[in-house]
This record gives sequence, structure tokens and C-alpha cells, in this order.
Amino acid sequence: MPTVLADSRLIFARYARQTLRSRISLIFGLMQPMLFLGLFGPLLEDVPLGREGDSWQILVPGLLIQLGLFSAAFAGIGILIEKQLGIVERMRVTPVSRTALLLGRVLRDVAMLLVQSLVLVLAGVAFGLRAPVLGVLIGFVFVAVLALSLASLSYAFAMRVRTAQEFAPVINSINLPAMLLSGILLPMALAPTWLDVVSHFVPFRYLVEGVRAAFVGDYGDSSLALGALASVLLAAFSLTLGTRLFRTAGA
Amino acid sequence: MAPILTTHDLAQAYPTKHGLVEAVRGIDMTVENGEILGFLGPNGAGKTTTLRMLTTLLAPTRGSATVAGHDLATEPRAVRQKIGYVAQSSGLDPQERVRSELVLQGRLYRLSRTEAEARAEELAADLDLTDLLDRKCSELSGGQRRRLDIAMALTHRPALLFLDEPTTGLDPGSRADLWELVRRIRQQEGTTIFLTTHYLDEADALADRLVIIDHGEIVAEGTPTALKEQYGGSPDASLQDTFIAITGHGPRREENAPIAV
Ligand SMILES: Nc1ncnc2c1ncn2[C@@H]1O[C@H](COP(=O)(O)OP(=O)(O)OP(=O)(O)O)[C@@H](O)[C@H]1O
Ligand SMILES: [Mg+2]
Repeated sequence: MPTVLADSRLIFARYARQTLRSRISLIFGLMQPMLFLGLFGPLLEDVPLGREGDSWQILVPGLLIQLGLFSAAFAGIGILIEKQLGIVERMRVTPVSRTALLLGRVLRDVAMLLVQSLVLVLAGVAFGLRAPVLGVLIGFVFVAVLALSLASLSYAFAMRVRTAQEFAPVINSINLPAMLLSGILLPMALAPTWLDVVSHFVPFRYLVEGVRAAFVGDYGDSSLALGALASVLLAAFSLTLGTRLFRTAGA
Repeated sequence: MAPILTTHDLAQAYPTKHGLVEAVRGIDMTVENGEILGFLGPNGAGKTTTLRMLTTLLAPTRGSATVAGHDLATEPRAVRQKIGYVAQSSGLDPQERVRSELVLQGRLYRLSRTEAEARAEELAADLDLTDLLDRKCSELSGGQRRRLDIAMALTHRPALLFLDEPTTGLDPGSRADLWELVRRIRQQEGTTIFLTTHYLDEADALADRLVIIDHGEIVAEGTPTALKEQYGGSPDASLQDTFIAITGHGPRREENAPIAV
């Protein structure tokens, strides 16, 4: 076990350094949620949204989950390029823990996402978001667990395909419906019954609702507990499957 | 001394959309400790596939192998600790600096940070890379890149080094330098070398013994002289003629570029 951690730290450090060198990727990932914040957020200010909290306390948690969903689900693109360059095989032929090759990368993605989340929340505050610090921190934990899970699956999937052309359409066709069905932009409380029922099968919905409860400081709310449960289950499932697929994939 | 590598009925079939591609069809071979083995065969013969199996990157679909004293299937980690592998396409990250690639490699082989840094300097000095340590990998020439690939594979002083077409794309001078390097590694460290090449002059000059593979099967093996005698008609026959006699064509199918012998 300690070698997995030590190896993960090495891999994490390498990729974190690469990310810091190309700051563009940090900013690029933030573009979409920032646009929603600035150009969509103001529309909601006086609209009744069918649940507790003002419009910013409802929108920002959704944007956080959206940010996590998209950046983590596309994380695999990076390894596709490295695979073509032979970097993955070169590392897999050393005694480094193969789980660490995955974990180090995923942890870099989580760290990057947390920085982006912080920027997003601060921008939200500038627009008028008011939320308790503890609630925001809980939100960050949810986002981190989401990224950990999805990035693991994304890397494992990327190891099994050859080109970005095979990779991207699959991710898009899962992500977009998942996003719409989890009530990221507007709460599902506004949805007709059938849509609400369908959305209950999408795990991200519980995460969004959980973060919304945290942002209004409602720590005893059942949706927070449900969100935590969904996060744990998602992480357990994704990490188990992701590490297994990643370890056994022929590079 | 026991051979450093033995395979038994080693095979690989790739599943593809058009059915199974039998890339390697059950090969039995032995590599003696300290020898330079030339592994030859036309394009698509199964050389890289064999190497990827022997280096733990690809699970064989059938058969077994013992590599550097360890069973390939049950002790892959022990195998990795003892082998070095330079792949056909180099595995350098263009945006990384030479030094950071060498140091990371040392760390992946479980050296401490200080040890890895010292080893990087040592390897760079040995492979004439010292002046390039702070360059980006994208700024290296083909020959420099190949030397760095080899330096990385030597980090942990492997007992067995696999080189997949190490000199392809190099100019004659760089190729000659690389031959010298390969001989020196064997002489200084006693490293066994398993190398593939399409250059028959290279095989002739460097290898103690040749194994020739075609369509995933071993079709001939022996010292260059013995093969020339057996298939080329005389010990002075060219390896080119010998190769054609064995495989029915030159070392690259549909190849008309001249191959120096
Ligand atoms: N990942 C793969 N999936 C399917 N088929 C493959 C794969 N890799 C190789 N092959 C096929 O297996 C056979 C052997 O390929 P291999 O790369 O081992 O040949 P090689 O002897 O190294 O050739 P070259 O001299 O061109 O490098 C070829 O027919 C090739 O098309
Ligand atoms: Mg090859």
C-alpha cells in the first residue's frame, strides 16, 4: 500500500507541474460555467425556483457539479495523447504501481478542479451569492468525490479506445443528458412528474441537491445525507471498476 | 548458467473487427545470459508483439515464458525490475526536460530523489547527453532522442535490455555510435541484449545469434555464419541473400530501398 501512495505522489507531481505550466487549461475549463454565471444567472434572480434559497444558492451548486462533470469526464483525453506517444507503455514497463499511474493523474484533476471551484464560487460572490463557509466546503468535498469517480472511469475508458474521435462522442452522449437530468441549471422541483422520476435514476442529481442544501446551511436536510450516500456509492463503484480496467488494459 | 530468457509456445492473437489476427503463433526460444540476440523478421512478422509480451505489457493468449529468472505470468513486477525496454516509438514527453524524464524514471525504479538525480547525471555523462539535460525532449534530434530512450531503460542497470528497432531513422554515423554503445553496455554491465532490426548489416555486425520470425513463427535461428552457410549456400554469402532464402523476401516486404550489407 505505501508504494501505491508514494508512486501516486510522484505521478501527481509530474502532472501537476505540467498543468501549472499550461495555465490555459485551468482557465479554459472555467469558461463555460463562468458564462452561465454571468449571462444566465441574472435571469434567475427574481424567478421562483420551487425550493429553499435564493437563485445564486441554487445556480452555483449546479455549476460546480457541471464543472466537475465535464472536466473529469474528459480527463481521459490527456492519456490518449500520451498513449500515442508511447509514454504510457514506457511507464508501465517500470515497477511503478499501475494503480498509482491512474491515481496520481486523477488526484491532479481533483486538485485542478478544486482551484477552479474556488474561482467559480468567488465569482459567484461577486454576483451576489451568499453562502456559509462550511456549506461551501461541503460542496467542494462533493465536487472532489465526483471528479475522483468520473476521472477514474474516463482514464480507464480512454485506455480502451484508440483515438479521440472514438472517445469524445461517447462522453458527450452520456454527459449532456446526465447534466440535463440532474437539474443542474434549474432544480428538478420545477419538472413534470415523468422527468422528475427519470432524474431520480441519475446519481448526479443527488449530488446537486446535496450541495444546494449545504449552500443554504441546511446541514440536517435529508438531501445532504442522500447526496453523501450517492457520492460514496459512485466513488466506490467508479474506483473499483476504473482501477481494474486501467490496470488490465493493454497500453 | 541458466538462460536469461526462455519461452514456451508463446502466442498472441489480437481480436479485431475482422476476426483474430494471429500475430505470434507459439514460439519457443532461448536467450543466453550475456549474448546479443538479433530478432529479425519482415514488417508485421510479430517482433514488437513478442517484445510487448516479454516486457509484461501484453498478456500472452497462450504459452509461458521465464524472463530474468521470473515467471512472466505470475511475477510481472519482478520481471519489470530486471528488464529495460526501448520501444519502437520512443516514449518521451515532448514538453518535459531531459533531466526531469531521467529523474522520474529513477524514481519509478524506486531510487530516492538524491539517488535519482545522481543517476541522471551519471547516465547523461555515459550517453553523451550532459549538455542536453536542460533541453525539452521536443528539441532533441532523432539520434539524441534514441540515446535518451536507452539511458532511461538503463536507469536500474537491467540484466536484460530489449531494443525494438533502436537505429531506425538514424543516419549512418549515429547508427555506428549506437552499435558502439550497445557493445559497451554489454561489455561493462554484462547486460544481455535482445534487439530487433531491419538492417541486416546491423544484425551481422552486432548480434552473436539471430532468430528469424515470419508470420508469427520462428523460421530459422543460429549464428550469422551458420545461417549463411545453411541457407545462403556458403559462410561468405550475404545476410541479405540468406534472409531472402529464409523468408522468401527482403527484410521489409515490398521493399525496394537498398539495404546495405
Ligand atoms: N494492437 C493490435 N491490434 C491488432 N493487430 C495488431 C496490433 N498490433 C499489431 N497487430 C498485428 O499483428 C501483426 C504483428 O505486428 P508486430 O507489430 O508485432 O510486427 P513487427 O514484426 O514488429 O513489424 P514491424 O517490423 O513493422 O515493426 C501485424 O499483422 C499487425 O498488423
Ligand atoms: Mg515492430
